[in-house]
Amino acid sequence: MMQHPAIQALLISSLLIAGMLLYAAWYGAKILRTWDLHSGSELQLQLERRTYLISSILGYVLAFQILSLFLFIFTADTLHSQFTGAMCAAGSLNANGYGYPTLFLKIATCLLAGVWLIINHVDTRGYDYPLIKVKYGILVVILAPLVIIEAFFQFRYFQGLHADVITSCCGSLFSVDKGSVGGDLAGLPAAPMEWAFYSAMAATFAGGLLFCLKGRGGYFFPIASSVAFLVSAASLVSFICLYIYELPSHHCPFCILQREYGYVGYALYASLFGGGVAGLGAGALMPFRNHASLSRIIPVTRRRLCVFAMASYLFFALIVSCYQIFSPLRLFP
Amino acid sequence: MIISLNRHRNIIDFALSSLMRRKMKNFSLLAVYTLIVFVIASLLFFVHALKREAALVLADSPDMVVQRLMAGRQDLIPAAYAEKIRSIPGVSTVTPRLWGYYYDPIFGANYTLMVPAKPTIEPGSILVGAEVSRNQRVGVGDMVAFRTSAHTPLLLTVKGIYPAASNLVAADLIIMSAADFQAMFNFPETLATDLAVTVANPREQATIAAKVVEALPDARPILKSEILRTYDSIFDWRGGMMVVILSAAVLSFVIFAWDKATGLSAEERREIGILKSIGWETADVLFLKFWEGIAISLSAFLLGGILAYGHVFFFSATLFEHALKGWAVLYPRFRLVPAVDGFHLTVLFFLTVLPYTAATIVPAWLAATTDPDAAMRS
Repeated sequence: MMQHPAIQALLISSLLIAGMLLYAAWYGAKILRTWDLHSGSELQLQLERRTYLISSILGYVLAFQILSLFLFIFTADTLHSQFTGAMCAAGSLNANGYGYPTLFLKIATCLLAGVWLIINHVDTRGYDYPLIKVKYGILVVILAPLVIIEAFFQFRYFQGLHADVITSCCGSLFSVDKGSVGGDLAGLPAAPMEWAFYSAMAATFAGGLLFCLKGRGGYFFPIASSVAFLVSAASLVSFICLYIYELPSHHCPFCILQREYGYVGYALYASLFGGGVAGLGAGALMPFRNHASLSRIIPVTRRRLCVFAMASYLFFALIVSCYQIFSPLRLFP
Repeated sequence: MIISLNRHRNIIDFALSSLMRRKMKNFSLLAVYTLIVFVIASLLFFVHALKREAALVLADSPDMVVQRLMAGRQDLIPAAYAEKIRSIPGVSTVTPRLWGYYYDPIFGANYTLMVPAKPTIEPGSILVGAEVSRNQRVGVGDMVAFRTSAHTPLLLTVKGIYPAASNLVAADLIIMSAADFQAMFNFPETLATDLAVTVANPREQATIAAKVVEALPDARPILKSEILRTYDSIFDWRGGMMVVILSAAVLSFVIFAWDKATGLSAEERREIGILKSIGWETADVLFLKFWEGIAISLSAFLLGGILAYGHVFFFSATLFEHALKGWAVLYPRFRLVPAVDGFHLTVLFFLTVLPYTAATIVPAWLAATTDPDAAMRS
């Protein structure tokens, strides 16, 4: 199946992204080892210049990685007709053991790259590169290895796909029922998940308002926001999709990206991703709030991130509520 | 927010004027870039349109076709098998089909001969496809001479010609009665080419296929979904192979783009030097290069995409048709239905814009970090 143009596009993009990150990580490691702001050596000047390149690379990597996440889902969706029993992307991703891990790694790397760019944005505004070791530590130790593993998993996933086509010896092939990650998530009952979803959203707003107005709960908000991110993702599969499809049995989180459902999935995922990254970013900046060169920058940035995260989650919750109110489907009497 | 937007607006303004100042260099880059996008977009649009066409054609085919295998080859199937299959619960209808190919040595073309289940056609008459009528130079009411397998002539009258609109399925088609078909090929009356089976519930198709194999061990059931899947696979494979071949061209383009981006002229270096000396920061120059790249990529992507759209849907993809469609003496001429979606545009973006962007990041940074003093002196 490696000859499919979309698969080739994804493999090329992964190769490029992994290559770019390896290049960035190589210099990141050099910075970690030899960075000395007080030195005026040729090496130090070169490294300072390199930081622009690495920021630039990471910006592109995030953009490409988000696009590649959606292309990956769409490719899996396009390929579903090639497998007996697969109805959409959820089935294609189950075709072998690398499908879902690749998807989760792509989501994780997108989130991480977003948080990295937030840290980088704050760092470049401090006059003494205060977070340079932290951000390059994240790049070298977490982000680059994750992206390389993701590229490898994606390669193995596509390598392991074999279309159920007609062969000379036999025509029909028969599907075998398999357990799936999608199935497990769908198993979460709708009623408690609705409670969990609205409670997590309420906690996030409460934490956000407390932080924005009183400047308190600096750690509570990012934690609540992260919990809201996870609960929302699980709720999408558990009950939100049911209202969108108007079907009590269709839990697929990918079909909402299709035209039949007004592309509402893009709005949902964009707001969820925006909320998740901003919330995590606000938390990631918390330990450095007392740093001398950042003491005036971090509070402003964190407040902005907090407002952005709340706006994103509010948008997400509004879409969900609209569907719940106006969908003809009633899950509860 | 507004300050930041204004800053980018000014940088975009400068980027566009900077591109216009070096018309020749950027035009040559744009031309090559557009060509690459055009070729790959044509390929993607064409493969997608063919897949759609195949799916539309197969939409009316039977749910399942049952063939008989003999020594690993397809053989004629006894019509009595139809009764056994009909007795399987869930099967709606079973129709024995008679069809085959006839090579006309005079015109050097292959025709597809079929006996319709209904409406039946009387013996001695035929219906022909538009390409057959053109190839044989016959019209309605004319007689056509065929040579039977016993090398005796068989004269049949053309009763009707299928319109050119149905060319995709009927270009090389000749419809005749069962008696004429059997006489033409000395075809035993108790046998059929294959059996067309319809199943009431689509979800039972696989189970019924299993039951057919169980009841008739020498039968080979083929589901419509499998035929569709195989067509999809073949078209994707052909498209993918073309992408692999074209990847050499993309690589050459990337090297070309890299070369253009790194080879800053003395004037450009001086320009960046002046910008930095009047207060532009490295980040601003990086944005300048970013917007230049966006302008070129967007123009090439749109131009290449529009040209490819015209090439595929108005000129039937003249450049690729032989590689991707296949060929025959009586090849149907048809115009593809325009169909482009976000998925294919994203794939196109990944195959063209992404390599270009990756190739220009380092050169853009090299330009942006140029020392103003050294740049102005050079």
